[in-house]
Amino acid sequence: MNQNYSTVSQRSTSAIATNKVLRNTYLLLSMTLLFSGFTAALSMLMNTPPMTYLISVIGGMVIAMFVLPRFANSPAGIGIVFLITGMLGFGLGPVLSMYASLPNGGNIITLSLGGTGVIFMGLSAYALATKKDFSFLGGFLMVGFLLVLLAALANIFLQIPAMSLMISAVVIMIMSGFILYDTSRIIHGGETNYVLATIGLYMTIFNIFISLLQILGIMSNDD
Amino acid sequence: MEWMEIISALALLAFIVILFPAARERIKNSPQGTSSDWMGFVIPVIVIALFVTFLVMLV
Repeated sequence: MNQNYSTVSQRSTSAIATNKVLRNTYLLLSMTLLFSGFTAALSMLMNTPPMTYLISVIGGMVIAMFVLPRFANSPAGIGIVFLITGMLGFGLGPVLSMYASLPNGGNIITLSLGGTGVIFMGLSAYALATKKDFSFLGGFLMVGFLLVLLAALANIFLQIPAMSLMISAVVIMIMSGFILYDTSRIIHGGETNYVLATIGLYMTIFNIFISLLQILGIMSNDD
Repeated sequence: MEWMEIISALALLAFIVILFPAARERIKNSPQGTSSDWMGFVIPVIVIALFVTFLVMLV
């Protein structure tokens, strides 16, 4: 009897901890997205040059990979998440300015933003509602991501627009998989650090948004 | 070739080199999914692909 009570108590404690991680992750994610929107608007107003995007993405990735894991368990980790997401948002400024200058630019940006939101919320709701364990996707997604990076590297030299379109489409599929994988890790207790969970989900949203911009930008010029 | 393209290529190469050990580790440690597990992934991805096609038609 006592053993049963203890098992039920442990399960409910674990469920409460998981809900707390999930709640904190979504709270921090929404704040970082708002902050990114602010830095992107600032960057657009400052009319920053195109190289800002490259510098921000490289800087943000380096901090995310080498600095954030060391501070993920301390309050400084939250500050670092805002630094990374602020930098990435600032880097988006010249990209958004470029799309805004296109004849159908406003429509492309709005559809990309709305589309990213629908994809993220739809997949998160699916993972949360079904409670499926997507841990089996880990290896597949990493290999897919590496292959996409290799293809993107090759396309810097080849400069094939169709390949660029294909890469963006595959990135959306892989990032969709990462949303399911990351959300399922939080639900099943595989990720207990909301700072790391937030940056993982933020990166997927960022990549989906950039890829949608690219796909819609290329397709709108195809008339 | 512009200097921005050279930096992009070098950055991508660096990310590939850094991510490769983590990818190898994850492949080794990932559990095997059943066909039902894979269907749970493939179906939403197909829905996403259709949704992106719909967005392309709107633009």
